[in-house]
Amino acid sequence: MTDPANKPRRRFLGRTGASTALLALVPGVKLVDLALAKDEDEPASVKTRWGLLVDANRCVTDCQACVSACEDEHALAKTGTARLDPQWIRKVELVDESNDRSLSIPLMCQHCEDAPCVDVCPTGASFKRADGMVLVDKHTCIGCRYCMMACPFNARSFVHGEVTGQKSYSPRGKGTVESCTLCVHRVDQDRAPACVESCAVDGHGALTFGDLNDSESTVSKTVRSQPHRELRPDLALNTGVRYRGV
Amino acid sequence: MTQRFVMALLIILSLATSSIADVTLPSYPKGKGEHCVEPTDVMRRDHFEYLMHHRQISVHLGVRSKRHSLVGCVDCHASQADDGAYIPVNEPGQFCGSCHIYTAVKIDCFSCHAAVPDAVVKQ
Repeated sequence: MTDPANKPRRRFLGRTGASTALLALVPGVKLVDLALAKDEDEPASVKTRWGLLVDANRCVTDCQACVSACEDEHALAKTGTARLDPQWIRKVELVDESNDRSLSIPLMCQHCEDAPCVDVCPTGASFKRADGMVLVDKHTCIGCRYCMMACPFNARSFVHGEVTGQKSYSPRGKGTVESCTLCVHRVDQDRAPACVESCAVDGHGALTFGDLNDSESTVSKTVRSQPHRELRPDLALNTGVRYRGV
Repeated sequence: MTQRFVMALLIILSLATSSIADVTLPSYPKGKGEHCVEPTDVMRRDHFEYLMHHRQISVHLGVRSKRHSLVGCVDCHASQADDGAYIPVNEPGQFCGSCHIYTAVKIDCFSCHAAVPDAVVKQ
């Protein structure tokens, strides 16, 4: 989908991304790495900070596996009008205009520590869970869409019409804002998000999920030892989603 | 005068009782299992309190216990049609629908939440 409003931002990302050299993949890196699951009646803990590492070097330009996996997992049906379709994760092409080098990366809610969407929400519906996941409590969301305006990554969608066929673990409804939940229902059961799983199944392994606070997790080891970056580091949001090779 | 009053009262009462008798009381399919997560009279009066509490702790805190979750209600109380397909619990005559229609209390849970268990929704 071409969204003219996004063009300047994507170009900006492209320019900054091009300044970073491509990195080789570290051998032996596990694709999915989760801490021990919490008990089901135990609340999320501040000791955990869930994070997702995207390796742009491994992300394939035409591949949409993560996007379709997300749509299947959360029953994100097409509305028939492209600009109204829910989009929790999308593939973005970054082009360096000076030499035409292009990159493809998945872009979704970045699960910021200092999330602008949480700051602007008038009802407290947009909130950050103790373990760093930025979510929408649709019970209290009034659909004002301030969060959508505040998000620097254009990561949120608004549900414009009636929804049917929802999954029990992923309620969605008209008049509320929604975005990537890092598949919180799966993570609470010690499973990786659907996009991470599908990327691994396809053999690309561009997505690694895990606890950034756990020094033994692959994602935290990679983040500590390998160059990576947040998107829009100038905003100092301390995002939970990090990128390599961008 | 008193006689007339008593007669009128009797007529009114008989009219009232006959109209009550005409109303069909909610009837709904029996849920799975021996009994509900709480005694029936408690659930009748306070089910929304349990649901409200559970929604707060599950959405905001990440507590995933099943005891008072809406998904748990649907799993137990959704009944199946003859062809095996589940019927949404908010339909007339179904577990939620029957009483809510009777009491004229609109529920909006199922404008977002699935009203049938997952196995069937899954393609």
